[in-house]
Amino acid sequence: MTVRIGVITWPGSLDDRDAQRAVRLAGAEPVALWHGSHDLGGVDALVLPGGFSYGDYLRSGAIAALSPIMTEVKDAAAKGMPILGICNGFQMLVEAHLLPGGLLRNDHQHFVRRDQRLTVENTSSAWTSEFTKGQEIVIPLKNAEGGYVASEETLDRIEGEGLVAFRYAGVNPNGSLRDIAGLTNTAGNVVGLMPHPEHATEAGFGPDTAAAMRSGVDGLAFFTSAIARVAA
Amino acid sequence: MPTIVVDVMPKSELLDPQGKAVSGAFSRIGVSSFSDVRIGKRFELTVDGEVTDEILAEAKKIAEDVLSNSVIEDVVGIEVVQ
Repeated sequence: MTVRIGVITWPGSLDDRDAQRAVRLAGAEPVALWHGSHDLGGVDALVLPGGFSYGDYLRSGAIAALSPIMTEVKDAAAKGMPILGICNGFQMLVEAHLLPGGLLRNDHQHFVRRDQRLTVENTSSAWTSEFTKGQEIVIPLKNAEGGYVASEETLDRIEGEGLVAFRYAGVNPNGSLRDIAGLTNTAGNVVGLMPHPEHATEAGFGPDTAAAMRSGVDGLAFFTSAIARVAA
Repeated sequence: MPTIVVDVMPKSELLDPQGKAVSGAFSRIGVSSFSDVRIGKRFELTVDGEVTDEILAEAKKIAEDVLSNSVIEDVVGIEVVQ
């Protein structure tokens, strides 16, 4: 059986086709889905891609979080479907209250684009099981509104429950509290992060590594983790 | 036409990078009277007809649920302007 992973497109999505390509490279079938529909097309997992949905009006991801398909996304999340939010998709997940906290303008006020080192903290989620705990990976990061914030109480809770999936390593690029780059929900099926794993899935098009320029493919394991979870 | 004005501000304990940028410009042009700047949002909701208690309650709900995100912002005012 070929695993089918849906990628939802909103007005202003940028990386939907990159996410579809990453799904294909990881061995699953990408399914293009539309924000205005109530149909998830019978997919096994979902990706909410990066971009600037609705021009980041109101708050990043806020208007997209109210779109018709989010009703089905929330239902699917409650039923345990693997759902990955990347960058703007992560912002949508926090605005939809599927993940705790919020994202602010970067503390240095600038857009940032860099090959970012991350430490994998949680390896039990649907999107991180093929990593090892403490593994260091390099994933491209590109955003202006990536500063993760939550109340001290919430931060203590998510740390205590092991819900921090990824932490920035080396440099904190945006002022995120406790260096948080990505989170999982308690059930482990919903994961969101600011960096872009779909841009590190094919040698020649990924971040630089010590071995060769643009050879980084650390993003593949996100997708192969979800494929393994669905197939299990 | 009556308008319901909703004011939303970033939470006081959080850094407001936009306000900080404006504050930086003040110091560059020699304005020193203001020690801090914070930037919020003003929403004007137009109502066709009278603002009933029900409509005002709906405005309050939409202000909390949609116009602001309670993790990062506070609704600091809801006012009816005729």
